[in-house]
Amino acid sequence: MTHENAMTIDGFRVVIGEERNLLEVIRKAHIELPTFCYHSELSVYGACRLCMVEVEGRGLVTACTTKPEAGMKVKTQSAEVRELRKMNIELLLASGDHDCPTCAKSGSCKLQSLAERLGVTRVRFNAPVEMRPMDFTSPSLLRDPNKCVLCGDCVRFCDEIQGIGVLEFTHRGSHSTVSPAFGKGLAEVDCVACGQCAAVCPVGAILVKSEVERAYAAIQDPTKTVIVQVAPAVRSSIGEAFRIPNDTFTMGRIVTALRRLGFDKVFDTSFSADLTIWEEATEFVNRKKQGGTLPLFTSCCPSWVKMAEHDFPDLLPNISTCRSPQQMFGSVAKEILPGEMGIKREDLVVVSIMPCTAKKFEAGRQEFATNGNPDVDIVLTTQELARMIQDAGLQFPELPVGSLDQPFGVKTGAGVIFANSGGVTEAVIRFAAGELGENHPVIEEVRSEKNRRDFVLPTPEGGIKMSVVHGLAKAKELVREIQSGQSDVEFVEVMACPGGCIGGAGQPVTHSQQTRQRRTQVIRDVDVTHDAHCPQENHVIKELYRERLGEPNGPEAHRLLHTHFHSRRRIEAEGIQLSEFTGEAKIPVSVCIGTACHLRGSQDLLKAVLKHVEDAELTERFDIRATFCMESCDSGPTVRINGHVFHRSTLDSVKAALALADEGGLPALEACDGCTCTHA
Amino acid sequence: MSAVLEMSLETTRAEYQAAEKRFARRIVICAGTGCMANGALKVYRALHEQSQAQGLSLEIELDYEDAQRKEGLLTKSGCQGFCQMGPLLSIEPDGILYCGVKAADVPEIIETTLKHDQPVERLLYRVPATGQVCKGHHDIPFYARQERTVLKACGSLDPEELREYIATGGYFAARKAFTTMTDEDVCREILDAGLRGRGGGGFPTGRKWELTRIQPKGKKYVVCNGDEGDPGAFMDRSVMEGNPHAVLEGMMICAKAIGADEGYVYVRAEYPLAVARVRKAVKDAEAAGILGDHIFGSDQSFRVHVMEGAGAFVCGEETALLASIEGKRGMPMPKPPFPAQSGLNGKPTVINNVETLASVPLILSKGAAWYRSMGTEKSPGTKTFALTGHVANTGLIEVPFGATLRKIVFDIGGGVTRKGGAIDNQAFKAVQIGGPSGGCLTEEHLDLPMDFDSLTSIGAMVGSGGLVVMNQETCMVQVAKFFMQFTQNESCGKCVPCREGTKQMLALLDDITEGRATEETLPLLEQLARNVKIGSLCGLGKTAPNPVLSTLKHFRAEYEAHVHRKVCPSRVCKSLMTPEIDAELCKGCTLCAKKCPVGAIHGERKIAHTIDGFACVRCGACVEVCKFNAISGI
Repeated sequence: MTHENAMTIDGFRVVIGEERNLLEVIRKAHIELPTFCYHSELSVYGACRLCMVEVEGRGLVTACTTKPEAGMKVKTQSAEVRELRKMNIELLLASGDHDCPTCAKSGSCKLQSLAERLGVTRVRFNAPVEMRPMDFTSPSLLRDPNKCVLCGDCVRFCDEIQGIGVLEFTHRGSHSTVSPAFGKGLAEVDCVACGQCAAVCPVGAILVKSEVERAYAAIQDPTKTVIVQVAPAVRSSIGEAFRIPNDTFTMGRIVTALRRLGFDKVFDTSFSADLTIWEEATEFVNRKKQGGTLPLFTSCCPSWVKMAEHDFPDLLPNISTCRSPQQMFGSVAKEILPGEMGIKREDLVVVSIMPCTAKKFEAGRQEFATNGNPDVDIVLTTQELARMIQDAGLQFPELPVGSLDQPFGVKTGAGVIFANSGGVTEAVIRFAAGELGENHPVIEEVRSEKNRRDFVLPTPEGGIKMSVVHGLAKAKELVREIQSGQSDVEFVEVMACPGGCIGGAGQPVTHSQQTRQRRTQVIRDVDVTHDAHCPQENHVIKELYRERLGEPNGPEAHRLLHTHFHSRRRIEAEGIQLSEFTGEAKIPVSVCIGTACHLRGSQDLLKAVLKHVEDAELTERFDIRATFCMESCDSGPTVRINGHVFHRSTLDSVKAALALADEGGLPALEACDGCTCTHA
Repeated sequence: MSAVLEMSLETTRAEYQAAEKRFARRIVICAGTGCMANGALKVYRALHEQSQAQGLSLEIELDYEDAQRKEGLLTKSGCQGFCQMGPLLSIEPDGILYCGVKAADVPEIIETTLKHDQPVERLLYRVPATGQVCKGHHDIPFYARQERTVLKACGSLDPEELREYIATGGYFAARKAFTTMTDEDVCREILDAGLRGRGGGGFPTGRKWELTRIQPKGKKYVVCNGDEGDPGAFMDRSVMEGNPHAVLEGMMICAKAIGADEGYVYVRAEYPLAVARVRKAVKDAEAAGILGDHIFGSDQSFRVHVMEGAGAFVCGEETALLASIEGKRGMPMPKPPFPAQSGLNGKPTVINNVETLASVPLILSKGAAWYRSMGTEKSPGTKTFALTGHVANTGLIEVPFGATLRKIVFDIGGGVTRKGGAIDNQAFKAVQIGGPSGGCLTEEHLDLPMDFDSLTSIGAMVGSGGLVVMNQETCMVQVAKFFMQFTQNESCGKCVPCREGTKQMLALLDDITEGRATEETLPLLEQLARNVKIGSLCGLGKTAPNPVLSTLKHFRAEYEAHVHRKVCPSRVCKSLMTPEIDAELCKGCTLCAKKCPVGAIHGERKIAHTIDGFACVRCGACVEVCKFNAISGI
């Protein structure tokens, strides 16, 4: 009667709602049970053992793995569990290099705060600690395995949310460590630098690589003029580092702080976001009108672009050739400002303040440099800016509100909402409405919190199917649907980070879900305060086109604002030619002889296929090649005939396929890894 | 279909038995790993070749067509258990068991036994304590005091011969399950028999099956856990090597009970012979139509895959084992969900230990009541143990639950041995049961009837069944350290208490044995052990502190001597020794100084020598060489 659907926690009755596990019920009851390895968006792992509670009749259980049941009697503070928690923290403190004062994560480290909260004031264990090498290879991130508590949050985030999986546990017992394959560095694997591993890391084992000292050096160099662009998302979060809420005045405080830090000019990346929309929307309209490659994917997110380069090279023509707002800014600034300021390009230093770790990688891409001089010289994250402000002793909450420099401080609300997932799409919708001379339609779905949103934008010429995704695993899922013909979407916005750029890994560390929602709201509030919401209303951009760029998507715009992408496939499967070259066009046949296929007998298969082709006098028809890894190792031996991929091949299946191809039954396909023709 | 197969089991049996009757003798060579390593196959070949050369019809193939009378059938069996005395060779119906047989003994065996029906006395077993000569299994105490049921066939059957397995009643139980019983009946029979999991936990097997049976119909799996990893335990290996068809038959019966169509035998890769024998058994059973589609005419299919483990002890934990089969890193998952609900590939799965599954056909053919007639009420049946350590007879044994340690150590084991091998029952100190997860039993437990519950109640466990006997010369802190070293090496590294806790426990034990312990060490060790036990995710971590906790409980004084007095009472811990030469006793013969490998002993001829305590590596060479007992402290 009393507990129809309720339980007792520490003697108090708590109603069970939609909670998936006991931990969520306990947290709902305002008891913050400590955890390292629990993350509501990831699979339950059950390894840190900090959320153990006593359930009457069951003894000690981990709350994260226990289903809430009516009538449960739970104790969260028994002597046993208290001792266990403290001891686990003590054990972790003894497990590696946990020297707090010198750790970059100090102040936002869960291990540190739990030690303080639980009163662990002494570490009594002294087993020798094995020191492991750090990974400095990534331009964005720094891995220090000596600080790792092996909670696996990074491993699961990379795999489950981003669908990338470059991190995994290796070794066992106390030698366990988290590492990319074969102990490689992050830069040597398919890491897309999104940094979400660092964002979920409760300790200082994965950190944003700091460029603060480089920024100081530029500021202090009298020969340099240092300008700075501030990304839209920064204004939604920096206050968190100073324990104040973010609001519509936050940007003004950032401007003042940056001036006090010594930056010569302070601009807004929202300006170039507006510019991006002009270019991207035009590109979309042109492609649609001229029957170009669709769907069009956005290209603002460097992590998404890098993933596509690794995993979907055949999709690269679908990605907008527009540079990201950061790079458009750098390109335009370095094109225009040196002349106006009377300085050399080399003496203008462009610094970005970004919510994003991948932007550090993006700024270093070769495409974004002129004669070796990068368009963007230094990328700092929100975290690093907060550190600089603290370092300089600036009392951020008390700083007066400053105003941005001209001309690149001018923007519309459309440029600001880029920070949110769905923001680019909403800006495109506004632009389209502006072109059509209409009030922009409000499509509720575009603002939903879901990590995948599909909707139709009504236009006089018919609806446009649009999708918005965040989290790269979701993007992969959508790409597969498109490739298999299940989706006929025409415009896709992809952001790697949860919630879009506001959830970027360069933002101040947060372990709370609500933080993301608050940031999203701040961005919307800022949008509302702007007079202009449509990119067309940005008069500086109009002037820029008139005086410098010509038409959107025109030659000059292309030179400065567009780019190209390249496949990052490790092996392009060119192969070793085994058939004689006769001058005749032949049907290409590739048999994979990579390790996995070899173990499944591909060498014998290749020999048998060569013999068959010879015996059947088909040598004039087929060009047989041995290739290395086609990257479908789990379903080898893999054979590709005229672009069609066949898995689990046998001599008989290859014979049948060759016969089919000989009769013209297998029309040529561009070689692709995700070949949509699924031949069993 | 059904009729054909029914016929074929009976026919196979009748044909085999008829053919076998034509042989005057049956000679069985143990081809378990231990005997093979000692040259059993050489004996096998020599016996065959030499008898053929002498015109004796000693055959190695059972030829149904050949109706002539033969001298004997020479076969290989699985492990006969008495590994210490191998290679073993038994001759029936003479009732002879020869021990330690070498190829060189073959001419004498042919001449004396095969030709003149006399035993070769020097190859018979002699009871070490009394010198009594034993002719065969019936009078060797090691065998006579056991109750071999699961292991019975291991010592006589040719494990690679399906026909012989069928001839001894094999696959009749599976047929009974598939043709005359419902899935519920099978579960009930196993539940009634009270069979409990032999992997260590002792969970009622029938209940596990029932929990899986009641899951919605669809894909289900049977997994045989052959990832035996306890140091010194080899029960499962022996069963897989000696009677692989019994394991397959157990799996088939389980498949019937739960409605599974696919099974896996997960064998550790370090058991190549077991892998090969199980693989052959699967192949033969498939070829004979026993495994495959339409089992015994039913509409159920069952196929078995054999998978080799990757060398991790933790993969014996069921969820880690499943992860390993799925190709993932072998790490345990929190339970619930239990494998019965969501196991291999997320489907309902039964995971049973090898010995458990091998017991199943026996229960189905002889009935639950027969099974319950052995063992105790809560732990019916028999249990195999791997008996090792300071005991006269080491090897693989099987006794009913409820047997006492006294019977195992002194009767079957033949008594406790001292350094050098002399039997001295006064030297008994303890028995470590259950390997790295178990605890130690002492003199006070010698008459405790051993079963799942009695052992758990005193902080030990049956575990998988390793029994290590230790004499008075054993340091219990070192014993605890040995097992701690093992578990900390084998921890998968997932959960904090096990990964970090076992490492620190080992470090604390190092402190104790190396003289660095303080007043804080023991309380801290106990506190940590308690937390690792309650806090760890899986069985490995939850039981890892047992060796420490139980040695602390029974031999606390020994720990305290190490900590407070910096003395190892058993004189094992080298760091705690202070070697000294008694000047009164030393004659200055210089032998010790010559023998010392590090030159730590100095002195003039005929004048008392001295030991440099810093240079000394405490190897004890000087003590052994001194004729005057002048050196102490090592």
